[in-house]
Amino acid sequence: MNALDILLWVVVPYVSLAIFVVGHYWRYKYDKFGWTTRSSQLYESRLLRWGSPLFHFGILFVLLGHVAGLGIPKSWTNAVGLSEEGYHAMAVVTGAIAGFCTLVGLAILIYRRRTVGPVFSATTRNDKFMYVVLTATILFGLSNTVLGALGQEGVDYRDTVSPWFRSIFYLQPRPELMAEAGVGFRLHALSALLLFAIWPFTRLVHVFSAPLGYLTRPYIVYRSRDAQLGTRPVPRGWERVGGGRR
Amino acid sequence: MRVMAQMGMVMNLDKCIGCHTCSVTCKQAWTNRSGVEYVWFNNVETRPGQGYPRTYEDQEKWRGGWQVGRNGRLQLRTGSRLKRLLQIFSSPVQPSINDYYEPWTYDYETLTNAPVQEHTPVARPRSLLTNKPMNIEWSANWDDNLGGAPELTQDDPVLKKISAEIKDKFEQTYMFYLPRICEHCINPSCAASCPSGAIYKREEDGIVLVDQDRCRGWRQCVTGCPYKKIYFNHRTGKAEKCTFCFPRVEVGIPTVCSETCVGRLRYIGIVLYDADKVLEAASTPDDRDLYAAQRSILLDPHDPEVIRAAEQAGISRDWIESAQRSPIYALINRFEVALPLHPEYRTMPMVWYIPPLSPVVDALTDTGHDGEDVGNIFGAIESLRIPVEYLAELFTAGDTNLVTGVLKKLGAMRSYMRDLNLGRPADESIATAIGMTGRDIEDMHRLLGVAKYDERYVIPLAHAEQGPGQEEFDSGCSLDYDEGPGMGGWGPFGETSGGSTPIAVENFHMLAARQTADTMAAPGSKDQRVNLLNWDGKGAPEGLFPSRPEDSEALHGPDGGGVGDDSPAVRDPRP
Repeated sequence: MNALDILLWVVVPYVSLAIFVVGHYWRYKYDKFGWTTRSSQLYESRLLRWGSPLFHFGILFVLLGHVAGLGIPKSWTNAVGLSEEGYHAMAVVTGAIAGFCTLVGLAILIYRRRTVGPVFSATTRNDKFMYVVLTATILFGLSNTVLGALGQEGVDYRDTVSPWFRSIFYLQPRPELMAEAGVGFRLHALSALLLFAIWPFTRLVHVFSAPLGYLTRPYIVYRSRDAQLGTRPVPRGWERVGGGRR
Repeated sequence: MRVMAQMGMVMNLDKCIGCHTCSVTCKQAWTNRSGVEYVWFNNVETRPGQGYPRTYEDQEKWRGGWQVGRNGRLQLRTGSRLKRLLQIFSSPVQPSINDYYEPWTYDYETLTNAPVQEHTPVARPRSLLTNKPMNIEWSANWDDNLGGAPELTQDDPVLKKISAEIKDKFEQTYMFYLPRICEHCINPSCAASCPSGAIYKREEDGIVLVDQDRCRGWRQCVTGCPYKKIYFNHRTGKAEKCTFCFPRVEVGIPTVCSETCVGRLRYIGIVLYDADKVLEAASTPDDRDLYAAQRSILLDPHDPEVIRAAEQAGISRDWIESAQRSPIYALINRFEVALPLHPEYRTMPMVWYIPPLSPVVDALTDTGHDGEDVGNIFGAIESLRIPVEYLAELFTAGDTNLVTGVLKKLGAMRSYMRDLNLGRPADESIATAIGMTGRDIEDMHRLLGVAKYDERYVIPLAHAEQGPGQEEFDSGCSLDYDEGPGMGGWGPFGETSGGSTPIAVENFHMLAARQTADTMAAPGSKDQRVNLLNWDGKGAPEGLFPSRPEDSEALHGPDGGGVGDDSPAVRDPRP
């Protein structure tokens, strides 16, 4: 283990996660109005109709796979009697299908973004950079799965990447584990860390707006006219009667 | 009884001349921004016609509004909440920009920059979405005044509901204008479709608004609104809609569209309604009963019990008095001449319409009959089935009796008032024929024909007695606001991201820019400033116009453009 390992697998992850958390807090405080993914369906919907659900449902399953693969220790699956081969086959098959859907969806979306005039002109530099990092992360990840399926994978990621990932959250980082992992996994992890670092500053913030509350709230929302008129908060001592405690 | 107040509008279609002044002033006030170029919070449609966006009334296609499910319960036409959430990544029934129209501008610069040439230079249209040259093929009122009929009108969803033989003759016999704004529904399906809960109905006055900070741009409201009066701002990625000009209404002045209406055909007022009965009324099984159901939830503001309940609900005395004087309550429930637009959408719209009688009278007069004789008018209304059926599809879910009744009232009013104007004795039988009294008819005539500003707009003030908190009140520091001091400009996440900038800060920057800019408005030295107060209008004192650029070729092209540089004679006059 050398200084570079510590830099890549201890410093970078913590910096990235700190930016991720603080960045989201700051963005939400500062830019609620910009908190959206700026849908381009108004311009074009034929390609979007295929690309967007493929990508989004694909990546949701990929997320579930990561929660299982990174979050659940090997000892737990062994304890419930799931064999190494069984787990591996399951992970590779579902991962490959979900990853493939994601990739196809992403390809359609990027093709659409480049070729449909209004969509392309609505694409900012920020978006383009985010697309590069996101695509790289997905490609590295999918290639790991495919190589794993072909038996090319050197070390089991559940002995290296997963414990390292968990160790970060235990605040007892174990960078030496990552040093053993395959180069594909390391590239995937690094690009993911970069993605997390830029996440709060891109359209990806819309992930945290998943409107699950819609399932339970009443249909019609009633709101009282804002107690505060204008852009300035009411000065102290000038609150309306009964307004301060509502 | 849970009393709530609702701001509403009635438009008298007889008076609409289709001048689009309301649309233009509304656009100037609210949607002259990038991202909403294609958006008209107020638009005027010629009927029969496709409307804006095209064929928006075809709910089989666009799936807006509510329907009664098999279990008798009210549900959104797009399906259950879960179904809509699963479709969130690509909304299946979403109007595209082509259903509205692709916004454009013209290459005006070509007109001044073009080199000398044989033909007059042309300003070609350019798309505001792609900035590329485009062909203009549609707009917000492309079929204005039946332009393109009958090819275009045959796609009118309302016309499609009417029998075929009538359809062919329609455009030769009848045409009218339909100005539309957001209906500020009592049971808004846009709000019910919003996954983020950003669309809300104000408790005080029922105005439906989009919280721009909570909207996440899921676009479900665009589908949910059957009137297609929610628009997607494609630059900011947020939904926008008619605000009923709430900043104006709060201080007691009418909306921009009403204020500028040339025909003075709009009425604004409040009604009180029973919020507990809304769901039941909206779930009425038969579409044709919805008009009566909606009228039944409106409460009589003179009823002492209603007044007591309203006071208990925290509605202040001046609001109750406004409700009593409300022109829209009178038109809806006292005279019963106003009808809701498409009650079958079950959203309980609150912008109502008095159907137009004038075309019937015109048709009658063209045949040589007396167009204001009550017998003739009643006969014509009965025999001119075409307009009645069409109006019924628009306003009463197809119930022609209701429309006939309203048109008869309007016709009877003309007849009755003509007698009075000609100094003849009032014919009370005309009034009884339509179930009114002469006094009612005179009141209705006053409201429809004579009513002045303060009778047409009875708008109670919002209670916001809050001196120092009001915007830009000049106490305290101008940088002392939420998230301040932000010094103007946009945030890094694209158009208008970041907090809002107070006008005081904007003024500060504009002043600073003016004071430091090197332009006509701010000449380099004070000597060059011109005091126009003591300018006698002769000649052009130095500094009145910016000095001519040295390189005149850049302006006039290689051919020289014809103007000499040094001649003082041509220096003075400028356009």
